[in-house]
Amino acid sequence: MTLLSRLIPATLTLLLFALPVRAAVDIQTVTSPGGITAWLVQEEKLPFTALEIRFRGGSSLDPAGKEGAVNLMTALIEEGSGDMDAQAFAAARDGLAASFGFSSDIDTVAVSAQFLTENRDQAVALLRQAITVPRFDPDAIERVRGQVLAGLRSDEKDPGSIANRLLRQQAFAGHPYAENGDGRLDTVPGLTRDDLMAAHKATLTRDRVYVAAAGDISAEELGTLLDTLLGDLPATGPALPPEIAPALTGGITVEAFPGPQSVVLFGHSGIKRDDPDFFAATILNEVLGGGRFSSRLMSEVREKRGLTYGIGTSLVGYDRSELVMGQAAVANDRVAEAVEVIRTEWARIARDGITEAELAATKTYLTGAYPLRFDGNGPLAQIMVNMQLIGLPADYPKTRNDKVNAVTIEDVKRVAATLFRADDLRFVIVGEPVGVTGTN
Amino acid sequence: MPKLPGLALMGVLLMAAPLRAAEDVTGFTLENGLQVVVIEDHRAPVVVQMLWYKVGSADEPRGKSGIAHFLEHLMFKGTDELGPGEFSEIVEAQGGNDNAFTSYDYTAYFQRVAADRLDLMMQMEADRMTDLQLNAEDVATERQVILEERSQRTDSSPGALLGEQMRAAQFLNHPYGIPIIGWRHEMEGLTQQDAIDHYKAHYAPNNAVLVVAGDVTPDQVRSLAEKHYGPIPAAPDLRPRNRVAEPPQLAERRIAMADPRVSEPYISRSYLAPERDPGDQETAAALTILAELLGGSGTTSVLARALQFDQQKAVYTAAFYDGSTVDDTTFNFIVVPTPETTLEQAEAAMDAAIADFIANGPDPDAFARIKTQIRASEIYARDDSNGLARRYGEGLANGLSIEDVKNWPEVLNAVTPEDVVAAAKLVLDRRKAVTGYLMREEAAQ
Repeated sequence: MTLLSRLIPATLTLLLFALPVRAAVDIQTVTSPGGITAWLVQEEKLPFTALEIRFRGGSSLDPAGKEGAVNLMTALIEEGSGDMDAQAFAAARDGLAASFGFSSDIDTVAVSAQFLTENRDQAVALLRQAITVPRFDPDAIERVRGQVLAGLRSDEKDPGSIANRLLRQQAFAGHPYAENGDGRLDTVPGLTRDDLMAAHKATLTRDRVYVAAAGDISAEELGTLLDTLLGDLPATGPALPPEIAPALTGGITVEAFPGPQSVVLFGHSGIKRDDPDFFAATILNEVLGGGRFSSRLMSEVREKRGLTYGIGTSLVGYDRSELVMGQAAVANDRVAEAVEVIRTEWARIARDGITEAELAATKTYLTGAYPLRFDGNGPLAQIMVNMQLIGLPADYPKTRNDKVNAVTIEDVKRVAATLFRADDLRFVIVGEPVGVTGTN
Repeated sequence: MPKLPGLALMGVLLMAAPLRAAEDVTGFTLENGLQVVVIEDHRAPVVVQMLWYKVGSADEPRGKSGIAHFLEHLMFKGTDELGPGEFSEIVEAQGGNDNAFTSYDYTAYFQRVAADRLDLMMQMEADRMTDLQLNAEDVATERQVILEERSQRTDSSPGALLGEQMRAAQFLNHPYGIPIIGWRHEMEGLTQQDAIDHYKAHYAPNNAVLVVAGDVTPDQVRSLAEKHYGPIPAAPDLRPRNRVAEPPQLAERRIAMADPRVSEPYISRSYLAPERDPGDQETAAALTILAELLGGSGTTSVLARALQFDQQKAVYTAAFYDGSTVDDTTFNFIVVPTPETTLEQAEAAMDAAIADFIANGPDPDAFARIKTQIRASEIYARDDSNGLARRYGEGLANGLSIEDVKNWPEVLNAVTPEDVVAAAKLVLDRRKAVTGYLMREEAAQ
């Protein structure tokens, strides 16, 4: 039995990267009469549309001292707008059998919607009202603020959240990325209605909006929808924060927390999404700690030694920074052994790269798995909006597998030597690890 | 992460109800007793194969808790033809992914691959139905893995521990009171022979359901299933499920647990409740809608309105019910009070809201909206053939027919406000309830 969504802290920001669609998917680019662009896959078999909207910026645009404003603002979008309070809005949405989702993270504000063809205009009108004229009623602010504060208090008793906070603060001190986006116990209580209005005006702007739709809608209908939905938003927002190189240094940070296991995070700086070596790095990460049973870390730490239920790594791509990161939960008396195995594997892949067989198997996996991502309107809309956020072109699905296949064994060896740096690896361990002491 | 046990699927969402579209879902049975379901979705060249065995943690011998889930892990450790880990490696080499999960009533294995690789997937899944081969070292290491899994999922989470204690109190005699992952002291003693005994007793075509969903036709599936699964003989002495029954439950049980890792105290309540039965799903349907009305929406549900809007006594409320079980299941509530509200006050407010609902019946507008959502859910559900595969697999593994699963949205749609109130009166009986308080440690003194 678990507490549900609002009380569950945002866990590790392991963004899975570059999950685009199969080569056969035909993406149309649509420009509305008002000049807003979107990507579309028209698929008429089911009478509904999945719509995904992202606004770049997210809670990284929180002013200092107002951390959590964007998060609270986003959570209030569905708590009253126009002439409707929260109850009336939810009733109207459910009466149309539409579903709307509003969320934010450090880089984006996200709006997700699914609505039936038979009442699309009504659903879009309702969504437009929520996005453009939220009320921020005082009673709604206090109710949702209470939920956010409960989540923040829970984070303080959650080893995964504690580990993420420590890693974040070391990597990004002085930058908005040092925050988790939900705000802090010393900022959220002081947020005012004016702060929320300002956050709304700063983040939901036309210059940083990305839209994708999949389902039963034509390009022309989508164009009209875009202007209806987004045309009245402000044209521009404030500047994004600067890029930042993670300041992680080699060593171990230990934070005491009771429990049978320690949460172990490890990482250092990563590789940019537009780096020519990104595909070589993707293959290397897949071999070292990608999501499969056969990865080196799963094999060494779980399958051979039984030290953990699961361990993985990923290339974490934020809008303004990059990390290579991994995580595991390990029995306290075996943390030292796990850290040693991870360091050894990190050094081994840097020194020796991967084998021809591993390269071939990973290419087969990555290229074979590619078409399987397209499995429904919902996933397709999400994939397309994420492609836009990371700057990929609409014809990327047609070239992606070629780029994977073009990676050579020399490429991976050269990239491995710089991507993985065991001496720079920072471990953050939250638990009661035996025989492990923190270093600076 | 891999090998997740299907721990209590809380909160059945109406929107996820299965589709009612007879032309897309078909079924047949092989001569050896293997039931087969085919769900066609030709929008993408993808297929998922799921093999569901009608055996779960509730079918384990006394003292061997966790063996169903342990065997699930060990099923990836090789056969007479494949080495340890090779099954998953082959799936991955095809660009696919695979995994498995265990629940109280079933154990299921699946692969998701390009549609033209179904032949190979069936060959491998059929191979490990009969030819599992284990070695002592792999068994010992994997036992460590499931113990770490228990540490991660249960022992690191005060909420999970409270849930485990509550289920143990809810079921006085029935094995649903034993955790799927197992009690730690029994998991530590599980052996290779225990796993083999469980495998030989339960893994057979006449105790399994094959579900194939995606870009396939029933004819293709029949031909491949006959080729790979057809030659496996039925187990002649397969024992039907034979579980002990609950005695009458006569007294409410109350549990309080304190833990230093608790941040937000909460109250949890579970009631013993009937499940979906073949040809008899009406009460379960009424309970499903009851849960939706009482605590399905964080805004408009009875509990949200009463405890979060009309009074500021809770930051979170929910009611949930999942009737997809073989035997009696539970109907659950959770209330997380505001910092100014005690658990006792929150419980009183919750019970007052429930009593008010039973006295006055559902709000007609709320009831109508739920019916609208049920009808629309048939459209949205078709976007996710993987989800449909799970619904049919789970239903058939639990003894429902394809018709029962197909009819479920209609049964839901036929529920009246009077049915909902009657179901509430039937189930929300404190003598059959467990009430749990999760508290901060300092409050326990």
